[in-house]
Amino acid sequence: MKQTVSILVENHAGVLSRVSGLFSRRGFNIDSLAVGVTDDSSVSRITIVVDGDDYMLEQVEKQLNKLIDVIKLRTLPQDEIISRELMLIKVTAKSDARGDIMDIAKIMGAKISDITTSTMTVEIADTAERLQTMLDLLAPYGVKEVVRTGTIALQRGGESITVQK
Amino acid sequence: MITVAQAVVRCLEAEGVSVIFGYPGAAICPVYDALSVSSIHHVLVREEQNAAHAASGFARISGKPGVCIATSGPGALNLITGIATAYADSIPMVIITGQVSTELLGRDVFQEADITGAAEPFVKHSYLVKEPERIAGVMKEAFYIASTGRPGPVLIDIPVDVQRVKIEFDYSFDVSVRGYKPTLAGHQGQVKRMLAALKAAQKPLICAGGGIFSCHAQKELRGFAEYCKIPVVTTMMGLGAIETEHPLNFGMLGMHGQRTANMAVHEADLLILIGARVGDRAVTTPGVLEKRTKIVHIDVDPAEIGKNVDVQIPIVGDAKVILTQLMEKAEPMDHVNWLNELDKYKKPAVYQQTPDKINPKEFIHTLSERAEADTVFVADVGQNQIWSAANCVLRNGRFLTSGGMGTMGYSVPAAVGAKLASPHQPVIVTCGDGSFQMEMMELATICQEKLDIKIVVMKNNRLGMVRELQKNDYAGNYTAVFLDGGPDFGKLAAAYGIPSLSISRPQEVDGALERLLSQTGPFLLECMVDPEESSL
Ligand SMILES: Cc1ncc(C[n+]2csc(CCOP(=O)(O)OP(=O)(O)O)c2C)c(N)n1
Ligand SMILES: [Mg+2]
Repeated sequence: MKQTVSILVENHAGVLSRVSGLFSRRGFNIDSLAVGVTDDSSVSRITIVVDGDDYMLEQVEKQLNKLIDVIKLRTLPQDEIISRELMLIKVTAKSDARGDIMDIAKIMGAKISDITTSTMTVEIADTAERLQTMLDLLAPYGVKEVVRTGTIALQRGGESITVQK
Repeated sequence: MITVAQAVVRCLEAEGVSVIFGYPGAAICPVYDALSVSSIHHVLVREEQNAAHAASGFARISGKPGVCIATSGPGALNLITGIATAYADSIPMVIITGQVSTELLGRDVFQEADITGAAEPFVKHSYLVKEPERIAGVMKEAFYIASTGRPGPVLIDIPVDVQRVKIEFDYSFDVSVRGYKPTLAGHQGQVKRMLAALKAAQKPLICAGGGIFSCHAQKELRGFAEYCKIPVVTTMMGLGAIETEHPLNFGMLGMHGQRTANMAVHEADLLILIGARVGDRAVTTPGVLEKRTKIVHIDVDPAEIGKNVDVQIPIVGDAKVILTQLMEKAEPMDHVNWLNELDKYKKPAVYQQTPDKINPKEFIHTLSERAEADTVFVADVGQNQIWSAANCVLRNGRFLTSGGMGTMGYSVPAAVGAKLASPHQPVIVTCGDGSFQMEMMELATICQEKLDIKIVVMKNNRLGMVRELQKNDYAGNYTAVFLDGGPDFGKLAAAYGIPSLSISRPQEVDGALERLLSQTGPFLLECMVDPEESSL
């Protein structure tokens, strides 16, 4: 079962290695990891998608909480998540394929961010599942290169995870 | 303005540190320079690992964080086993290491080792101090983190150029770490649930672990057990949490534990774990245990609750505080039938007698009975550890050993720390001939510090515990367990000016113990043991 854990951490060197070290040491499987600074420059937010059962999720939460650099964390309720991942796909696109690829991009809400005589680079920000659909749709044209950011997520509604000042 | 190195020493003084254990080198010289004019007593160990073990022994007896110090690279790396040993047993410790200059960091220069990286899995927290002004804050946080919540080692790595920078020093501030807020008091609702479960139980049992010592809750444990007449078993780390011969003490549980204790765990209908993490040596069948028994788990570290065993009633907090909360609400009970049932399993130890051979279990038993009531016993690892743990009679003394990591070479340096923490308490080491050879360089430290430490080396000329494993699980294919080539321990002791005695026959035990216990100053007793002797 996949779970999305949001972690607020101190924004300083070494924190990411502590978090990722803990995952490898304890055998927790990370599906994706994304990190960036928050509106408070002393705090970073890490979003981790883990794959495991309830026991593992409980251990993930508890062991992360033990890290002094972890200020707060929450596992987002699976049905209340707004999640996004950014993907750039460079696809083979001779002139005869351009129209089709642009149609797909339009339907999927993606953007064409670069074009050459033989390739197109498509940019899409959506859920992990939608990104997979996009990949499947573009596969027949010949995918040359793919890069993804890892999932970031917020909880729907008015609730938020914040650090008291 | 003072240098960062001087600030480090000022912080140590402000934290009430009286003794530190270490080994110098170029990258930590500024701190040593500052230490030389401080009232803090520096103990020069003979290998850095032993500085960490000594700090651990000091911490366990003083109840305050032990402090050790080493240079960069090899010095810091030698500490790691000691740090990991302390981490496994939740011992509060502050470790200070020198590091190469900031501008050289990451260039693989002479004696550079990424010690904060290497020690990460074994520390509660660590700092690489690159900003000189941060030093006071870091030091205060380190002592706070090491000694509160679930105690553990905290490492502070300071580049040598940073140590020399002059700063404005102030230590009069309050420490607050936003990501670290340990829970002290137990949730009242959970305390009530636990008392209800206790009322409903016919056969409640307390299992006390090392956490009892971490929060100095021996008195509260005993008070609660006596008030509600609940039998107690302990883990190896919990030995001594309640006196060995207390009528409610039913011994040490687990793989190397006593039958009485394991029967009690088997029969109990409510198991109350207090400051015990349900390690695999203590509870060998965690999946089975929870099917039979309702489990209450009291621990300051929420991550330990539910990690190894399913728990019906978790109570997060400090055991001393929670035991006090329980006492306020509990009603006296008797559990006569249950205690009678357990008393039947309790048999006085019968030691098998073989002509001309000293039974090491009986030896430990006699030694501990004849020693002062407040003696600190420090056991090493191997068969000697099991003999000691299972047969040591503890009154108001302590039993120190490397429980979680099982680190050979722990006992002598830990005894050095223990003795310096409490000079009036007798300290007796029991170790194997293998373990002793990992730590015998510390005889020099004992002499230099003039420490009254008694050492018993149980000599079977083997790595006895491994040999036993090979006997039972590898069809007697004995390999790499013979300690031939070892020195004459008596002559070795004499080289340090330490008197000694060697015994091999039961008739000699009495006189040897008389000598050992009456001698002032260090003493080494070599006790020959049959290699065929088993751990249990
Ligand atoms: C540092 C370290 N290395 C290896 C081991 C594995 N080990 C466990 S017990 C033991 C034998 C100990 O021999 P000795 O100290 O003579 O004690 P005995 O078992 O003979 O009483 C060994 C090698 C260990 N626990 N620690
Ligand atoms: Mg031996």
